[in-house]
Amino acid sequence: MSELWRRFGRLGGGLVLATALLWALLLIVLPQLLMVELSFRPNLPAAARGGPEDVLSLANYAALWANPLHRAIFWQTIWSSLLVTLLALLVCYPVAFHLAQEARGTRALLLATALVIPFWVNEILRTFSWFLILARNGLVNRLLLGLGVIEEPLALGGVGAVMIGMVYAYVLFMIFPLYNALESLDRNQIEAARDLGASTWRIHWRVVIPHAKPGIAVGCVMTFMLAAGTFAVPQIMQSLPGGTNARWFTQIIYSYFFDGGDWNRGSAYAFALLLLCIVFVMATMRLFRVGLRDIAK
Amino acid sequence: MQGAEVALEGVGLAYGAFWAVRGIDLTVRPGEFFSLLGPSGCGKTTILRLVSGFVEPTEGVIRIDGRDVRGVGPAARPTALVFQNLALFPLMRVWENVAFGLEVRGVAKAERRRRAEELLELVALPGFAEKRVDELSGGQRQRVAIARALAVEPKVLLLDEPLSALDLKLRQHMRAELKAIQRRTGVTFLYITHDQGEAFTMSDRVAVMSQGRIEQVGTPAEIYDAPATAFVASFVGESNPLPGRVRESAGGLARIDTALGPLRARDPRGLAPGSAAILVVRPERCRLDGAGEGDGPADRLARAEDAPVNRIEGRLARIDFEGAFANLVVASPAGPALKVQVANDGRLSRLEAGAPVTVRFPAEAALALPEGPLARE
Amino acid sequence: MSARGLLRLFTALYLALFFAYLFLPLVFMVAAAFNASRFPTMLPWEGFTLQWFWGFDARGRPTGLFQDARMAAALWNSILIGAGVILLSVPLGLAGALLLTSLQSRLKGFLYAVLVSPILTPGVILGISTLIFWQRAFEVGGGLFLAVVGQSTFIASYCMLLFMARLERFDRTLEEAALDLGASHLQMVRRILLPFLRPAILSAALIAFLQSFENYNTTLFVIGAEDTLTINIATRVRLGLTPAVNAIGVLFIAATVLAAIGWAVLRRREVAVRRERPVPARAQRLAPAAG
Repeated sequence: MSELWRRFGRLGGGLVLATALLWALLLIVLPQLLMVELSFRPNLPAAARGGPEDVLSLANYAALWANPLHRAIFWQTIWSSLLVTLLALLVCYPVAFHLAQEARGTRALLLATALVIPFWVNEILRTFSWFLILARNGLVNRLLLGLGVIEEPLALGGVGAVMIGMVYAYVLFMIFPLYNALESLDRNQIEAARDLGASTWRIHWRVVIPHAKPGIAVGCVMTFMLAAGTFAVPQIMQSLPGGTNARWFTQIIYSYFFDGGDWNRGSAYAFALLLLCIVFVMATMRLFRVGLRDIAK
Repeated sequence: MQGAEVALEGVGLAYGAFWAVRGIDLTVRPGEFFSLLGPSGCGKTTILRLVSGFVEPTEGVIRIDGRDVRGVGPAARPTALVFQNLALFPLMRVWENVAFGLEVRGVAKAERRRRAEELLELVALPGFAEKRVDELSGGQRQRVAIARALAVEPKVLLLDEPLSALDLKLRQHMRAELKAIQRRTGVTFLYITHDQGEAFTMSDRVAVMSQGRIEQVGTPAEIYDAPATAFVASFVGESNPLPGRVRESAGGLARIDTALGPLRARDPRGLAPGSAAILVVRPERCRLDGAGEGDGPADRLARAEDAPVNRIEGRLARIDFEGAFANLVVASPAGPALKVQVANDGRLSRLEAGAPVTVRFPAEAALALPEGPLARE
Repeated sequence: MSARGLLRLFTALYLALFFAYLFLPLVFMVAAAFNASRFPTMLPWEGFTLQWFWGFDARGRPTGLFQDARMAAALWNSILIGAGVILLSVPLGLAGALLLTSLQSRLKGFLYAVLVSPILTPGVILGISTLIFWQRAFEVGGGLFLAVVGQSTFIASYCMLLFMARLERFDRTLEEAALDLGASHLQMVRRILLPFLRPAILSAALIAFLQSFENYNTTLFVIGAEDTLTINIATRVRLGLTPAVNAIGVLFIAATVLAAIGWAVLRRREVAVRRERPVPARAQRLAPAAG
């Protein structure tokens, strides 16, 4: 801490410290703590708060466990997010590798720029563009009808549509960490491995992928977090015919806050979602043996 | 400009339980070129940071011109630091760098510019004012850093191995340059280095440091010819340290039992008989029977019958011919090998590796020192 | 054909597919914005029209995006929030970065974890916790202010990472040199640190604005009864579907493409300059004018 005073003086150092701590406390730590605290209390009218009924309990979590529909949606959110993460990784790896190791000069720049464009187009609009393709009047149905493959428009909504939308919306959060990690790999290592007679698969398995581990971890963490925590994608994709059954856990949370008015239950559900993400982050970091520091790309 | 006196009285700095330096007593005279010489990690940079005010001593007092400067920040001390990596501001022009200290003191721009030009003149960089730092060569950056430090008219200039990034030739050139700047300005220079050549050629006085302590303070000649400790003897220049035990000491001469037999050496301290000691002799003070014989006073003394002379039998293990002289290694079955340097008198070619030789040096050329740690090679 | 040639062909094919996957939906969306069809679709093509940007239907009602006052209000809100997020996140991120680079050891690791955690937290949860905290502790309800606060929670983390990356290349002895030459701490910050950080501050401000502008998940929970462009788009997508939504998409994509082209041109020039003068190119570009 004395280093801080030495660099910025009492006043400046104090200002830096106070600002950073204010951010940490008012914006990050206290809101989270209050949310967790709220999740252990019953939903009471303002007058009864702090009264005899306002006791800590696990009732809100028990309610989640006891509700088979909510439980099912929770599991579905988990495995769908995992699947989205895996799909995004598989789709992105070859592209990131090509961009980082094979493409050069203007071509590399052009491809990278091409990636950036959809990245900065709104998540909503990105999802919407796939919605248009899968809609009743959409491209897929039109084409199939036009080709005479089907007589009636298909109802293309559902979990699959949500996942297509998500992979599309989040691939770029996978591709950039991958690209960053792969770019730092010395091309000579690949050449050396090839020179020693390694096959393409073996080169990737033994040289490239181990090097890209931090990038893979970061990409997976980001993608999973975005997928599990998304509200926009399922909301839009549900408007597809046949899409109403594809509910997402975040939507239940939302309805507790704004339709049901039960913030306590909503907080419990939100904390469950947060725990899920924390578990995934920890598991991924352990699996890939990377630290939190690697996330700062 | 006028140099100030810097005095450290019993100064120590601790990081937790570790003392980076301790018990430092040192007085640098006004206008002196003073060097702190020692291996890396010996605490010399710590002393510089203490004097500049970036760290405060855990114990002891630091005075500049008699004034206790404890609690005074680096900005308020009459010192300026030339950093090891120079720390030139990359986004500023050369003259802006030089005038930065004036800028923060609120000096008007025209005056700043004028002073900067003057200082650039002083360090032999006229016309460089508008250059960018990254356009300069290593030696030029060096001078800009010195000019920048001098701009605030410090009474003490602290230099932290500023030549270490330069190549050998430039380094030697800059030594003369630095010395000349110091003479011209009269500012006290406190110079940090691990290079004895640098310390000896530039300094009025040198302090040799080891493990957070000062081993010896003196002129370069005193340090070389009369090292105070075994460490100084082994760190400064080449030497043959021969550990042994004092048999007797009388009249400024001691007889010491070493692995190479009983040898005689100067003993200004009067070491106690029976105590552990180290006999040190410089390679250039050793002679070989029949080769490299000079005719100087020392040689005549060494040949004189009655003068106490040490003789060691051995075998010539290695000859490194350097031109003006040759470095020899003489191995003796009884103890450590001896380094011997002989002048090229035209008869060096007669030397043959493996030949039996006798190494000879007068007692006056060797020095008996109390046992102590040696500098690592 | 050799195995490597085959592999290369395969890679090319895959890349083509990938970029088609990335861009075709956007192309369809853009095309539908110019289709006279009442529904946002490219097929069947009923003729070219600009009425989804500006125009009137058969009964004389305005159909265009630019005629929509609510959209304009939402856009204005988005800009306000974005400006607020810049003003809040950049100082927060800067303070965090400066603090972390001054700390050592375990405290640093812990604080780092706290300050980057919002990036790894789902946006909806940031929105929820912000809403709860300000509502319950200060009785501040959802609205523009809370949107700024909620978004800044994680956008400040991004800013901090940007600053830390830049500070990693900062030579700390420059700070000491300035102080040693008599500069006050404030002068040091103003004259040495901030000029060095300037490019990072600019990119942090830009990133902060873009992140804020397109944020949906967090904003949804803290925006209250207000509207932002993104919220407005989402409502339109869900409810009244006319190709005016596609028209927004066209504008978004056009802006992004322009920005990307500008970025690429800048990058190319930078690469070219750097090739000419290996080290100093950057410093040259960033150097303030003399005086």
